[in-house]
Amino acid sequence: MTSDLPTMTPVKHSHSVVENGNGAPWRALLRWESALVVVLIGALVFGSSESPNFLNPTNFFYIGMNMGEVAIMALPLTLVIMTGEIDLSVASMLGLSGTVMGYLFSNGWSIWLAMAAALVVGVLGGALNGVLVAKVGLPSIAVTIGTLALFRGIAEILLAPRTVTGFPSSLTTIGVVPIQGTQIAYSAAIFLGLAVVAGIVLHATPLGRALVAIGLQPEAAQFSGIRVNRIKIWLFVLSGVVCAFAGILLTLKNASVSYDAGTGLELNVVAIVLFGGVSIFGGRGTVIGVVLAVAIVGALQQALTQMNVQPEVQNIVIGVLLLISVVIPNGGEAIRRIRDRARRHA
Amino acid sequence: MARVDDGTSVKGFTFGWGYEVTDQRSAPPVLVLDHATKRFGAVRALEDGSITLYPSEAHALLGENGAGKSTLVKILAGVYGADSGELLIGGEPVTFNGPAASRAAGVSIIYQEPTLFPDLSVAENIFMGRQPLGVGRRIDRAAMNRAATEIFARLGVQLDPARVARGLSVADQQIVEIAKALSFNAQVLVMDEPTAALTTVEVGRLFEVIRTLRAQGAAVLFITHRIEEAFASCQRVTIMRDGSFVRTAPIEEVTVEDIIRSMVGRDLDALFPKTPAAPGEVVLDVEHLCRDGVFYDISFQVRRGEIVALAGLVGAGRTEVARAVFGIDRRTSGTVRVRGEELPNGKPLAAMNAGVALVPEDRRQQGLVMEMSIDQNVALASLGRLRRFGLIRRSRERELATTWATRLQLRFSRMGNTVLTLSGGNQQKVVLGKWLARNPSLLIIDEPTRGIDVGTKAEVHRLLDSLVVDGLAVLMISSELLEVLGMADRVIVLREGRIAADLTRAEADEDSIMRAATGQSPVAAA
Amino acid sequence: MSVITAPAAAPTELPVSRLESLLRARELGIALAILLVFGLTTLNNHAFARVASIQQLLIGAALIALLGVGETLVIVTRNVDLSVGSIVGLSAYIVGDLFKYHHNMPVVLGFVVAIAVGAAIGAINGFVTTVARVPSLVVTLAMLYVVRGVDGLIVNGKTIDPGSIPKAFTAVGYRTLFGIPWLAIIVAVVVATAGYAMRSFRSSRDLYGIGSNPDAAVLAGIPAGRRVFTAFLISGSLAGLAGALFLALHAQIDVSGGTGYELAVVAAVVVGGVAIFGGSGTVLGAALGAVLLNTINQALVASRISAFWNGAIAGGLLLAAIAFDRWLSLRVARSLQSAEGAHRDL
Repeated sequence: MTSDLPTMTPVKHSHSVVENGNGAPWRALLRWESALVVVLIGALVFGSSESPNFLNPTNFFYIGMNMGEVAIMALPLTLVIMTGEIDLSVASMLGLSGTVMGYLFSNGWSIWLAMAAALVVGVLGGALNGVLVAKVGLPSIAVTIGTLALFRGIAEILLAPRTVTGFPSSLTTIGVVPIQGTQIAYSAAIFLGLAVVAGIVLHATPLGRALVAIGLQPEAAQFSGIRVNRIKIWLFVLSGVVCAFAGILLTLKNASVSYDAGTGLELNVVAIVLFGGVSIFGGRGTVIGVVLAVAIVGALQQALTQMNVQPEVQNIVIGVLLLISVVIPNGGEAIRRIRDRARRHA
Repeated sequence: MARVDDGTSVKGFTFGWGYEVTDQRSAPPVLVLDHATKRFGAVRALEDGSITLYPSEAHALLGENGAGKSTLVKILAGVYGADSGELLIGGEPVTFNGPAASRAAGVSIIYQEPTLFPDLSVAENIFMGRQPLGVGRRIDRAAMNRAATEIFARLGVQLDPARVARGLSVADQQIVEIAKALSFNAQVLVMDEPTAALTTVEVGRLFEVIRTLRAQGAAVLFITHRIEEAFASCQRVTIMRDGSFVRTAPIEEVTVEDIIRSMVGRDLDALFPKTPAAPGEVVLDVEHLCRDGVFYDISFQVRRGEIVALAGLVGAGRTEVARAVFGIDRRTSGTVRVRGEELPNGKPLAAMNAGVALVPEDRRQQGLVMEMSIDQNVALASLGRLRRFGLIRRSRERELATTWATRLQLRFSRMGNTVLTLSGGNQQKVVLGKWLARNPSLLIIDEPTRGIDVGTKAEVHRLLDSLVVDGLAVLMISSELLEVLGMADRVIVLREGRIAADLTRAEADEDSIMRAATGQSPVAAA
Repeated sequence: MSVITAPAAAPTELPVSRLESLLRARELGIALAILLVFGLTTLNNHAFARVASIQQLLIGAALIALLGVGETLVIVTRNVDLSVGSIVGLSAYIVGDLFKYHHNMPVVLGFVVAIAVGAAIGAINGFVTTVARVPSLVVTLAMLYVVRGVDGLIVNGKTIDPGSIPKAFTAVGYRTLFGIPWLAIIVAVVVATAGYAMRSFRSSRDLYGIGSNPDAAVLAGIPAGRRVFTAFLISGSLAGLAGALFLALHAQIDVSGGTGYELAVVAAVVVGGVAIFGGSGTVLGAALGAVLLNTINQALVASRISAFWNGAIAGGLLLAAIAFDRWLSLRVARSLQSAEGAHRDL
């Protein structure tokens, strides 16, 4: 129906209207992130209440070391989710790249070539995802569930049931010692560096603005000259490469790899991104939020581990965090809707 | 009596089961809406909504975009409750607390965009939620299909009820929606701009269906802004303007000019300011453009300082031609040259860099990112230019937006607000600002004033006129005959994917355009 | 001028609807594929066609097929339930635990408890999805981890071994009726019942409507929230039942029971013709998809190809299925558009 009125479009996003970085709207933007800061402080307090040395720099090193790979994978996933897609194959790619590296290395390849091959696998896997989603037009959730299985399956074919060890110690120590003179894990440092880049790209460059536009209104983005398909393909390739890189890091850190490396980590990565305030529908979110979410999850996991809580329970915490992060924004809406319906039938 | 109508619609038929449909003016009205009002905050959507519907009568509700027709319909549909005024059905005052109540009272709305279930069968679409049950409360498919066939027969059409709804043309989907309405025993059928997406033949069939409905005693409320259709199918007309009822009369007591004057409320010339054109060099040169299955052998030129209109009925392929020129769709063959340089196939960015701009048909999905702010939307096509060291310069972005907001007289409260908060007319200005910010040499604009109030319409036309005087080349697609006649220097008429006529401003009039658009010779009205 | 003198008589025989014939084609195709795989493998290894082997085929597919029924209901509404695998594990363990400490518990009660556990989780899934309007992908993904976590807490490293389970219960796992395993019969009954219901009841047709066009569903007055909630409730309950059957079948359970099932179910359902975007598909197709996938897995073993190929095959098939479905829908759309629409009687 044609109308001159500001018509009521169904707005998918239930966060209050957020504009990315324009004067007053910074306020709305940072509401979620401010809440995360509070939660982070709460997590640190919780951790230190249970364990006296929690706030030691050494402890932060361990947090960084444990979270590094997951955190690194969260960054390209943030960009992918920003455009309204999803990549559930991240952990399988991590496993596959580690497996490829281990497989080649155990067959006599030089470690550097093996690592390069692992990265190439990341490119190929990401390209597969990208082409199926952007060119063929398949839904990314279905595609990446499929590649999740496919990548893991290929890893299984290559390596099961073996475990590869014997990686050069010069490389394997890097993952387990902090950077000289500090208590920062290498993987944490890499994560922070990548986060800065991701943040700048997403929030301050035309490419970032294009990503947001694609997530909010893909057709309008296309009509504005943005090459939606090409961008999506490259994002998936980026995700593949970065996950492959994370797989290399994890393998070296553990000094071993078997085909099921990283099984199940995809949930942690998705949970962190969503908990960081990135909307599952696309078009909303900040890198800062994701960084905060990484810190919170890392701190919580460390605290729980030091309390001898089993990994399964930690999973419960992650699951609940994920639920909270999506229920709260919608919660206000839901309450309003229930009230409206009640009023109408009164 | 059988009516013979002009070229746009059908020759008269006797219909139904052999009886004539006469006006039932002597019969009591089936629906009366009396002085309904509706406000949304500060916006007065409806000041005086009044209409009286009689059984067996097709009643046209005419008005420009923004006249309040849609609000009135939503009140009839039970989607909105009127703030004041009365609604009487069969003489009894009613209030609807939702669409279900309206449907139960016998009022059915056929919306412009049919909402069917593509994966379900036609019959199931009609009877969703009320499928006939057989033994053991299981759905009796055969009975359902039979019932659907029966309804179709009542409408005088044949459609396979067991076929899946996906793939039906818009016209067929409408038939299904009408069948659905009949299955609810609708006494009043409200059709909201039903012919917007129909071809000539389909429009003709729709008019016959309306006649059949009338023969069965239903009242049909036909909402349109196309005057010729009102004359072709209705017995009575009500005109609205600026949210208010203006007048109502039997169709034979009014002329087209009367109606236009009532709809517009002012002189036609003021609506379409036109400086005589002084066209310069060729900016757009399209040769033998073809897209398989959509359009064929399209060749035309647009020069600096002129407005070329692409006219034709919906489905003729006008928007598709524009999309192919801009590169959103890939062409099968043919060339597109902008200022002498050939454009590569299917690359909008290349067209943009060559100086082409496209204001698309669907503002909300294609023209704007609704949830982004005003300045972000204005800047969306110019981000490359606003960069320094790879980063967007917010200050320049804001500057750009402010410049164009001023130039276009945009009415907004804060630049940082999303475009959702703007009226249709102002939203269109944002889209225009986005493209004009690139200083294009060719502006393709698809339905420039659809969904815009009369005042802003005039502004947009004035803007286009002044841009053209300054040397812009404009390719305009419009379904509004008056707009085409008022603004265009040349009119290219498309029919079913091919060029049917290429008319100069002098040659173009309602007659010549409609003749070319429909391929029929008009018959003088009886 | 033509005159219609009477309403057209309803034709006594309606043309075979395209919808029906397409559907049947899909199920037929899968059935043929099953036979093909079976046939080829038997050529290679005659033992594959022995009764015991066929029984194993049916048993192996049974649980996934059962899960497929519930998953179909959910996916048809344009949602997804990724928590089914963990529900299987949890309910199986709870029932096993009950039997261990209450050896005289009636067998039926075991089933009831299992279904109840599944129903409870399904209800949570349904509630959060419909009331809080959270995308089901996120909800069930989170629930997957929460349930696994709870399971881990309860299991706490223990196992239930065969000795604890009453014979009457495990009988369900291996007894046969005229050579057909009880397990397969139970699942077949569920599939048949569900299939009948999906075709014949108004409320089930509502499910298809919700997935086919959610906006139209609202306009048509379909109680979408209630229907979707019920779909999740059923999906959870069937997963609970599958847990009981798992226990009966394997007669033992530890913390890893049911892991990875969700992937197999989604693959089976999609291969079976259920559109990932909802609105179409049958439970029969889903069940056949499960049989096909399992037949392929067993065929690989029988052909002495390593079982490690299973995961890759599942992933690859899923990708192939969605790509094929997309190609098919494009072709069908084109042919439907050129097919006969409404025409006037002349």
